[in-house]
Amino acid sequence: MTQVMEQIVQSVPQPAGPVPAKMVVEDFSASFGEMQVLKRVNLQIMPCERLAIIGPASSGKTTLMRSLNRLNDMEPQFSREGRIQLDGHDIYHPQTDVPALRRRVGMVYAVPTPLPWSIYENITYGPRLAGVTSRQRLDALVESSLRASFLWDEVKDRLDMPGTDLSGGQQQRLCLSRVLALEPEVLLLDEPCSGLDPISTARIEEAMVELKRKYSIVLVTNNTKQAARASDRTAFFLMGELIECGPTVELFTNPKHQRTSDYITGHFG
Amino acid sequence: MRIAPSITQRIAVSIMWTLAAVAMGVLAFIITYILWHGLPHLSWAFLTESPKSMGREGGVFPMIVGTLWVTMLAVVIAAPVGVATAIYLTEYTHEGKMTAAIRFGADCLAGIPSIIFGLFGFVFFVITLGMGLSVISGALTVALMVLPTIIRTSEEAIRAVPRAYRDVAYGLGSTRWQMVTRVVVRSALPGIATGVVLSVGRSISETAAVMLTAGSALGLPQSIFQSSRTLSLHFYILSREGISMTNAYATASVLIIAIMAINLSAYWLMRRFVGKA
Amino acid sequence: MSTMRAQIPVQSAARRPLLARRRLDSERVISWVLFLMALSALSGLAVITAFIFKEGIPIIAKVGLRRFIFSSHWYPLEGEFGILPMIVGSLMVTAGAMVIGMVFGLGCAILLTQYCPPRMVSIIKPAIELLAGIPSVVYGFIGVAILVPFIRDYLGGPGLSVLASSIVLGVMMLPTITSISVDALRAVPKSYIEGSIALGATEWQTTHMVVLKAARSGIVAAVILGMGRAVGETMAVIMVAGNTLELPHSILDPVRTLTSNIALEMGYAAGDHRKALFATGVVLFVIIMVLNTIALRVSRRRSKVKVLAK
Repeated sequence: MTQVMEQIVQSVPQPAGPVPAKMVVEDFSASFGEMQVLKRVNLQIMPCERLAIIGPASSGKTTLMRSLNRLNDMEPQFSREGRIQLDGHDIYHPQTDVPALRRRVGMVYAVPTPLPWSIYENITYGPRLAGVTSRQRLDALVESSLRASFLWDEVKDRLDMPGTDLSGGQQQRLCLSRVLALEPEVLLLDEPCSGLDPISTARIEEAMVELKRKYSIVLVTNNTKQAARASDRTAFFLMGELIECGPTVELFTNPKHQRTSDYITGHFG
Repeated sequence: MRIAPSITQRIAVSIMWTLAAVAMGVLAFIITYILWHGLPHLSWAFLTESPKSMGREGGVFPMIVGTLWVTMLAVVIAAPVGVATAIYLTEYTHEGKMTAAIRFGADCLAGIPSIIFGLFGFVFFVITLGMGLSVISGALTVALMVLPTIIRTSEEAIRAVPRAYRDVAYGLGSTRWQMVTRVVVRSALPGIATGVVLSVGRSISETAAVMLTAGSALGLPQSIFQSSRTLSLHFYILSREGISMTNAYATASVLIIAIMAINLSAYWLMRRFVGKA
Repeated sequence: MSTMRAQIPVQSAARRPLLARRRLDSERVISWVLFLMALSALSGLAVITAFIFKEGIPIIAKVGLRRFIFSSHWYPLEGEFGILPMIVGSLMVTAGAMVIGMVFGLGCAILLTQYCPPRMVSIIKPAIELLAGIPSVVYGFIGVAILVPFIRDYLGGPGLSVLASSIVLGVMMLPTITSISVDALRAVPKSYIEGSIALGATEWQTTHMVVLKAARSGIVAAVILGMGRAVGETMAVIMVAGNTLELPHSILDPVRTLTSNIALEMGYAAGDHRKALFATGVVLFVIIMVLNTIALRVSRRRSKVKVLAK
């Protein structure tokens, strides 16, 4: 009987549910040299949702993020097992076009890092690499992506100003616009607000509400309050293991695991 | 009797200031001495005329052309190779036996005296490859000499580019090559340019190696396969054989002014570079 | 807001394939090309070594290594090739230059890193770099024009001498020693200095008891590399050393160095004579390589210590 069940489960091409998941992490483990930082993680990222990933320092959150767009490939010590799929394609397939993957799975980093160029160049860098050459199209992309991160009104008259001259919060929104200009499908935000003031943080969270209508958003945060207010589902990581994952309201009001409840109550009340 | 530490300190510091002052004084003296004796003889005609009777009279136009040819060719050959080496070492490989070997090669090359380069250039480019005493033999030899400088300065400049830029570039869908050329090298360009400019300076002042490879023909080189005397060698021959002291001073002035201009632009580039980073 | 959404069209997954072959291959080609170019420094070194030795070794074998190095008879036309005077000359000149270069170079380096106000650094540092940029022929010329007559008139001898060469080379070594020592001195952790000052030491006591000790290997490397420069310098030495073939007995005697021997005679040498000049090059090459290897070893030890300190 159970065997039959297993066969049925295996024959289903996509994980169960009415909507197929955007990204699927399957039994994924990752190590740097001898040190294992992710242990057999299973996680699904659904379309049009905001998934928050919380957990204490060195719980593997950032490693997971950087595995989702293969940024860890650059690390000489990095090794991995298991699979990550995007729309059913294994992203670690040897013939994967990694730059194309990274355009579809865009990432914003913890430290705002505008390249030392103008705002306009910062935003058009990615689209240009993707082959967009028409000036009109680039202009339109700059405007729409700056609008989407609520930065347009602040910088529309000085697009040729160096991105590094903006304030910290503006820089981070520029980094978000830069990723949006790639027209990604999944947005990875790695503690995007860790260095920002409350107002800038609010603007980014505001932007996320709009953005989730089209994108899957994965938000790594150290701030459980932020996870509680700005996500639909939350995953809790500890020491490289996924402890618990569920709808945010449920996880915060009625955690299934003791360690989850310890973390969300113990650290930030 | 024990001297109080505060007095030792004062003595030591004043000795060091004196040493530095002497060094500065030597530099100032060399420059003023050469320019004092040379500038009065420097004229437009001197720069644009060919030498007459072995350089006793006339100008240094062919030597300026020869120097420019050798220097430019050397840098045009060495810069791409040097920058490529730096890119390979920093972006395309991990530290290991290979990078250690390449760095060892560059370090050793940097230490080899110019006369050895001259001997090598003579037997390899001039004789074995049949290029003869020519601009191209000289340029290839000098290119080998300045290669380590370009490698080292480019590597330092590339390493100074923040690591985060690489993540950003990859994250925005760059291939490795796009990341390197459009982000890393672009940011490191002032530092790389400084190294190249310094190499130009070194090529201009080089004498021993050029003497054995480019020869000392007085005429205007018609092609890079002809021999040509560079400014520094011309100055050496004029002064050592006592052909014409006035022309020697004037030639040295041209050299000194060129070197000062080059160092100044390198310094300016460096300042801009440091200011940005 | 709805208009905004319309402005960002999301392409369907079907139009954005994840698999690609071509671009990855071009990356591999680029990587190989860069690797081959990166080999140029190493292969350049190999080819230089090979050719210098190929040209020089046969004549050393013919004359005999011992006679080549320890005979002081250099009569190329009669087939007598002994380079002892040149070896002694190079060593004497280098030793003298080292003393001068070390005193001045290290003095400037300590001043620049420990005592000099930033404004003065921005004057002294570029000046020292300019000192490095001045062509060696100009140094030699100033030596002949000023230094040589001075020595002849006040100290005796012909003026063209070991002393004159040492002074000229010492000045030329100064920038090398200064810039490498500055790096070594800068690498000394600030906490060492602050700790020492906190214990009541004066700045100078800190400098010579703490900083110089911590930067010792870097300074040694700087001096050795400076010596390499001095041994290898050619044009300036030709102009001020006098170039006689006698063994020098005092620092006021003229000498010929290994480098000058090559540069002076290469123009007209042929046959065994030319080969003997390459053999001189081999000896010079070996000396330089020994110095370089020592310098690299010493400075590598320093970087290991630095890693441990972290």
